Amino acid sequence: MKYLYYPGCSLKGSGRSYEESLLASFKKLGVEMHELPDWNCCGATAYMAVDEMKAFALAARNLALAERYGDGEPVTLVAPCNACYLALMKVQKYMAEYDEVGRTISDALASADLSYRGGVRVRQSLDVLLNDVGLDLLAEKINHPLGQWKVACYYGCQAVRPFAPFDDEYNPMSMDHLMRSIGAEPVDWPLKARCCGGTLTGTIPTVGLRLSYIILREAIDRGANVVATACPLCQFNLECYQSQMGREYGEDLDMPIVYYSQLLGQALGIDDRSLGLQRHFVPLTAAAAVG
Amino acid sequence: MIMHRKSPEDQPRIGVYVCHCGVNIAAKVDVEHVRDFAASLPGVVVSRDYKFACSDPGQELIQKDIREHDLNRIVVASCSPQLHERTFRRTCADAGLSPFFFQMANIREHVSWVTVDPGAATTKARALVAAAVRRVARAEALALRQVPVRPEVLVVGGGIAGIHSALTLANAGKKVFLVEREPTIGGHMAQLDKTFPTMDCSACILTPKMSDVKNHPNITMWTYSEVDEVSGFTGNFKVKVRRKARYIKEELCVGCGDCVDACVMKKEKVQVPDEFNVGLSKRKAVYMPFPQATPACMVIDPKQCLQLMKGKCAQTCVDACERAAVDFDQTDEIVEIDVGAIVMATGFRPFDAKRIPEYGYGRFDHVYTTLEVERLVNASGPTGGEVVLRDGTVPKTVGVIHCVGSRDRRHNAYCSKVCCMAALKMAHLVKERTGAEVFDFYVDMRTPSKGYEEFYDQVLSEGVQFIRGRVAEVTDWAMTPEEEGKLVIRVEDTLIGVARRVPVDMVILAVGLEPQVDTAEMQRRFNISCSQEGFFLERHPKLAPVSTFTDGIFLAGACQGPKDIPEVVAQAGAAAAEALALVDRGHVDIEPNTAWIEEEACSGCKTCIPLCPFNAITRDEEKAIAVVNDAMCKGCGTCVAACPSGAAQQNMFTDEQIYEEIEGVLAYV
Repeated sequence: MKYLYYPGCSLKGSGRSYEESLLASFKKLGVEMHELPDWNCCGATAYMAVDEMKAFALAARNLALAERYGDGEPVTLVAPCNACYLALMKVQKYMAEYDEVGRTISDALASADLSYRGGVRVRQSLDVLLNDVGLDLLAEKINHPLGQWKVACYYGCQAVRPFAPFDDEYNPMSMDHLMRSIGAEPVDWPLKARCCGGTLTGTIPTVGLRLSYIILREAIDRGANVVATACPLCQFNLECYQSQMGREYGEDLDMPIVYYSQLLGQALGIDDRSLGLQRHFVPLTAAAAVG
Repeated sequence: MIMHRKSPEDQPRIGVYVCHCGVNIAAKVDVEHVRDFAASLPGVVVSRDYKFACSDPGQELIQKDIREHDLNRIVVASCSPQLHERTFRRTCADAGLSPFFFQMANIREHVSWVTVDPGAATTKARALVAAAVRRVARAEALALRQVPVRPEVLVVGGGIAGIHSALTLANAGKKVFLVEREPTIGGHMAQLDKTFPTMDCSACILTPKMSDVKNHPNITMWTYSEVDEVSGFTGNFKVKVRRKARYIKEELCVGCGDCVDACVMKKEKVQVPDEFNVGLSKRKAVYMPFPQATPACMVIDPKQCLQLMKGKCAQTCVDACERAAVDFDQTDEIVEIDVGAIVMATGFRPFDAKRIPEYGYGRFDHVYTTLEVERLVNASGPTGGEVVLRDGTVPKTVGVIHCVGSRDRRHNAYCSKVCCMAALKMAHLVKERTGAEVFDFYVDMRTPSKGYEEFYDQVLSEGVQFIRGRVAEVTDWAMTPEEEGKLVIRVEDTLIGVARRVPVDMVILAVGLEPQVDTAEMQRRFNISCSQEGFFLERHPKLAPVSTFTDGIFLAGACQGPKDIPEVVAQAGAAAAEALALVDRGHVDIEPNTAWIEEEACSGCKTCIPLCPFNAITRDEEKAIAVVNDAMCKGCGTCVAACPSGAAQQNMFTDEQIYEEIEGVLAYV
């Protein structure tokens, strides 16, 4: 299996451990990931709110590069970050469905000697793990099952809404299946795809913190000892604001927030450093004590 | 009857009438221009435009012209022949002209209603008028054929729609075949507890009619049966009915239930969900759907019975049956019947609430559908009429959610029409039985029928709390101690403009109505159409609401679209009346569009013979040519298209007529 990989800014920055753990795990599973050369911002950030068309142009440039890279062959572009995934999916849809967007973006691409004909399939890495690698191969490769973890699988909103070609919009299960396959126990909880607060934690902190706290509180109530995420922003919000949330709501919070790929990597026998686990504020080891 | 093949000797004297249809045509097509253009065409003696050609003065004008100008051909450029071809044919006939010397040009549906630019519309109208003028010049005087009609009627589906249609027809003295797929007739209405707004007991008003069906000398009732194949045409349908093996001899079984008691599937965990109770109780492999099932006859489920599946069972049912009615050797039986008309009454299926995962149906035990609660509140239901939840408790707070699967573009854009009243009924019944506090979440309250608004008022005065807003989700996520252990309904209350969380013990989903799952297959089998949402399509939404585009097949009940019981019964009566009008007339008029063979041109190659779907063509061995049996030909035109030497011709569609029509379109564009 061979894929084109679109990291996006987070996986090179605050979400570095997502990239480290994901690439290490894919390598162990025999999946080739080739980073898209000369990629740029996906447009998801403030661009989308300020000038949608510019955001589309940014996202489309990545798709155009991917299509050119494929050189006529069908291309699958894996976007592990939910925000990138959504931005890329969205521009594809808008270019195909709205003539004006299609024209404007095509003109913008043409000014850089690029074009996009819709030949790239954008996929979330969870989708690739579940549906291409498959649970059978995973079961074969797992040599360190993780029986100690009760995982609250937290997908975030953008992986499943409004586009959910591989999972349910409100009660997604793909990460739950993945966690079960590595020996961990996913908890049944209803906030899997609810808003983490997004950028509100920076702009309107009281609202943002509250939304993040709701997620954490429910995960704790459902008996989870670790939260697994698929989105760098969710991970950041839930982990880095725990002490602030603690002060606000008067309780000690000590919940490890990791990427599903870090747990997968552990189960595949990859060492913690290669999985970037040392980068986290709340160490994964704390969970054993909580649990 | 085959008439002239060639045009009559007399020269065509054609009258053309360009209709304004008020402004329907005149606002887009320059009718005066088309009139003047038509006057210039060869053979046209009179050309006029008129406000409403179909009006009495319009028709009289045509008749006057026929007499005064000795016209022998008429063209009316107006609407679709579906609407007024019959009108103008009659106009001609009344003036002594063969109705087949009339030709219609459709410049409304095909032109003015679908063309933006007036210039383009006028050009197209000219072309169509020219085509009609050239075609009608080649028209031949033909006569309608009459075919006798069989008096029997088939009713497909034994819910309240089928029951009412069958009884109406049978009471009028017609022989009726009623075919029902399930082991009993009764349909969804048999599952209901009360019927809104009068709250009559559903079973009490339905079961006498079921019994009437069973005992009516004119009705042959076949349950556990399906229509496999339909052929023929209006007045003369041939239908193959599959009578599925029920493994019980219907003529011997009295429904005593001894076999059920004896069945070896005693443990509940090996039993299967009871369809009639919507899975709220279990049944064995041998069962009767409900006590008043009609016929009162058991059925053995071949997918559950150990004997039928594995050939190994103690067969305690056989020993228990004193009348020796159990018969494991039964097989499906195909019965062929001939009928003159068919009434489709195949009903609906409730929307599957699992398709809206945010409402938690199937995930949370205490989320129910309206149909499930019908069984819960029913005295003969699984709880004996007690509203108790799956954990045995009685709910203290209940939320009723409207528009589940309806008015929702992700699923069905249409309003299912019955759910508002069904939801109100549930709110009323649950409150009455449990004293629970009831919250009713509606999008728009739709109660427009006799006594419905008054029922809504009553439920309001009973203290049900109405919250206007589409529910976002049902969750077990508690934010406060009061919400612990409850289902929380999250909704935007659009009247006060706030997001609310309403904790309840029980949620009732008012699910919408959808087409039956095999509607597409039925559509093919009966050769009828479906509307976009998948319900069977009526011939005209206002003026032919129970007819289909296939003559002789009529629609009754929710298979045509969501309806409540009063509407279903009214429509079922109407469908029966239409079927009656057809079979009682004793014959149908059929267009004389049959094929015939031009003897001199036929080479006797036999190409056409195996192609004819109606076996209407034979070979005259002596003359070595093909011969069409006029009585059997249905005018499909297959032989005409296939004949390599052009010997096969079809009345009303001769090569000459069609070429002239094409020339007409092309010559003047």
